Amino acid sequence: MRLARELGLILASLALAFGVGALVAQLSGLSPGAVYRELWRGAFGDQYRVFQTLTQATPIMFTSLSFLIAFRAGLFNIGAEGQMYLGAFFGAWAGFTLILPQYLHTVVALLVGALAGALWGFIPGWLRARRGTNEFVSTMMLSYVAIYFTSWLVSPRGPYHGTQWANQTVRILPSAELPRFVRGMQLHWGLVIAGLLCALFWYFLFRTPRGYELRAVGQNPRAAQYAGIDVSRAMILALTLAGALAGLGGAAEILGTHRRFIEFFSPGYGWDGIAGGLIARAHPLAVIPAAVLIGALRAGGMGMDRAGVAPSDFASVLQGIVIFFVVAPELFRIFRRIRRERRVLVHSQP
Amino acid sequence: MPVEAVRMEGIVKTFPGVVANAGIDFSLFFGEVHGLLGENGAGKTVLMSILYGLYQPDSGQIYVRGEQVRIKSPSVAIRLGIGMVHQHFMLVPRLTVLENMAVGWEPRRGPFLDRAAMKKLVEALVEEYGLSVDPEAKVEELSVGEQQRVEILKALYRGAQILILDEPTAVLTEQEVEALFKTVRALRDQGKAVVFITHKLHEAMAICDRVTVLRKGKRVGTVPISEATPEKLAEMMVGREVVFRVQPKPVSREGKELLRVEDLTVHDDRGLPAVQRVSFTLVDHEILGIAGVEGNGQKELVEALTGLRPPKAGRVFLAGKEATGLPARDLARLGLVHIPEDRQATGLVLPFSLAENLILGRHREDGFALGPWAQLRRRVFHYAEDAVRTFSIVAPSVRVPVQNLSGGNQQRVVLARELGRNPKVVVAHQPTRGLDVAGMEFVWEKLLELREKGCGVLLVSMDLDEILMLADRVAVMYRGGIVGIWPKEEADKRELGLAMLGGKVATG
Repeated sequence: MRLARELGLILASLALAFGVGALVAQLSGLSPGAVYRELWRGAFGDQYRVFQTLTQATPIMFTSLSFLIAFRAGLFNIGAEGQMYLGAFFGAWAGFTLILPQYLHTVVALLVGALAGALWGFIPGWLRARRGTNEFVSTMMLSYVAIYFTSWLVSPRGPYHGTQWANQTVRILPSAELPRFVRGMQLHWGLVIAGLLCALFWYFLFRTPRGYELRAVGQNPRAAQYAGIDVSRAMILALTLAGALAGLGGAAEILGTHRRFIEFFSPGYGWDGIAGGLIARAHPLAVIPAAVLIGALRAGGMGMDRAGVAPSDFASVLQGIVIFFVVAPELFRIFRRIRRERRVLVHSQP
Repeated sequence: MPVEAVRMEGIVKTFPGVVANAGIDFSLFFGEVHGLLGENGAGKTVLMSILYGLYQPDSGQIYVRGEQVRIKSPSVAIRLGIGMVHQHFMLVPRLTVLENMAVGWEPRRGPFLDRAAMKKLVEALVEEYGLSVDPEAKVEELSVGEQQRVEILKALYRGAQILILDEPTAVLTEQEVEALFKTVRALRDQGKAVVFITHKLHEAMAICDRVTVLRKGKRVGTVPISEATPEKLAEMMVGREVVFRVQPKPVSREGKELLRVEDLTVHDDRGLPAVQRVSFTLVDHEILGIAGVEGNGQKELVEALTGLRPPKAGRVFLAGKEATGLPARDLARLGLVHIPEDRQATGLVLPFSLAENLILGRHREDGFALGPWAQLRRRVFHYAEDAVRTFSIVAPSVRVPVQNLSGGNQQRVVLARELGRNPKVVVAHQPTRGLDVAGMEFVWEKLLELREKGCGVLLVSMDLDEILMLADRVAVMYRGGIVGIWPKEEADKRELGLAMLGGKVATG
């Protein structure tokens, strides 16, 4: 029924996107066959590539969930990127500053990162609920504040400039590391945490009264207020959770992949989360395949570049096309809803 | 011989669950001000929106200057010389008057806006119709009355010969109304055709040449103003015949006071007093009807009583306990429930399932949840299936979204949920709006059942027939105040109708 229809729509969009991508490749003088072969190989060609794809998908799962939880409450969290940076830095800080037993250290560092991100979600949430500040703008602005603040922290003049040759912190202690599955490969337990969180947030949204309230606020704030739901609190909760998820994702990325905070370490995972959340149609379980799709495009794009069939720029173009086509139906629906609501406002009485 | 500007024949327009226009005929001459009178929901605005191309009629013909036309959009209407001034202005606040008027119709000199030519044009219009506004002022700096003049100017600037004014006085002060009337008369004397939509009797009497009265989507009649009296128009608006479809049973009353409202004052969204020092009481086994034309403070009164809007002054007691300004959740605990005016916008979360909607507001109750972190799904579904049976809700399953249900079934969902809380006091705001006859009867029977069980019901309705049929006492609201409360036996329909429309009140 609904699931089948959505799935069919997404597959059709994907097919269309790859068709248009092929056309663009042809027009650019590239061989579409070679491009797609290398894209596939780069993403799923062997175990190493598959692991690379999943490594890319891990932070995107966190940021997709982050976007989704706010979206379910009727809010746009555009600031996952900055929340992630803050979580990444403070996760790293806990990783190289605190002295704790193994595993416990990892857990504490992850929580510190989540907390930092949560603060960066709470602020726009509070502003929105109490002052009516548009969260779209405030999350985005605060995002840049966080990105450049963490960049300054590790710059030569900043207090956490850890190494001479790059703007990064010192390495985290081994006790804080998030373990990897296979030696020599970056894929780490963050993937499992992200997967569990997807399940947990599905339970939260669809099986708890609190999640019910959050969805009610997102679908009809007026009815929610009428039903005695504290709309402001639900909004603050949603954006705080969104920030925490992105912050946790950042901390996991540092503790698992990089093992130190590096300025500008993210290639835009926060932005990918918007696409991921929309591709998943705001369903927590669908976030897993959606993030893998985006991760595969990223990893496959690198493969294409390495194989020399297309420049890395073309990989970005292809990513853009695919995301656009898969997200477009959902965007179209959102715009239609907004327009309908406006019309209802203008002609309030038929 | 006057020339016919517009003729509309057999206009039918239905919205899901509502027949807004049920075959309306309407004609308009050049050189006349034609009043379109009727209660809210009578179909006035819809009829004129069809003429302006905002809606397409389901059937019926439109003739402009004798020629049959299809008005597919407002731009077609503008080309036909039809202009409409909406209740809500459509101006860009940051632009000047001149710029607002030019949007879409810019005189040009080469690629540039010919400001000088435009200014000349506008000033000529300002002069001709006594519409004093500064063309260089920014719209955001203007008063509401001035903004309305800009809207009228905009229509004239675009060459309107036929002008529709949708409740133009609703937002104006007394002096501004006078100025508007002067303008409207000037327009008429210039030979323009003006439609004046209103639900205020004295305005129709003061400014119109002819009046067409609509009631529940039908045309009741068209009369020249020379043959009209306020009494006659009031009767046409509210109707003469009362069809009692349900009959309240005699009850024995204990006289227990369930709801007491003392000097309640409530402000509207703009911060202006919408309800002023309203007092009344409601006892057991009683339905108190609140009649009145929409927009006289009923909405704000209901919102203040149900925890959706904090009152400015005054007190509310629920069964003797102070309940002033309590939030909805606490009021529900004290036994007050609310059947909201707009079930789709307020009473339901449309994309949610039937079961989810049946626990809205009750979702934290012990029967449905274990604290905030676990919902008892099986119990919710059981309860929902029970409710579907008791309230005869027609739905394929309790898991379908309520937006797929008909209006009547949606209202049953709201009733099932709210009445399932065993309330002492029920505030029902327009509970039958937009329902078909079967749906209405179902709601009426439920309200009477509540009364027989001993509840107090506050029935706020624009439908006087409904109130006269159900209520034990009738209060009339006008301009934020209660102008009188009549026991059912003494309530005379014509007198109530006049009171609703701001006429004199002999008793009460």
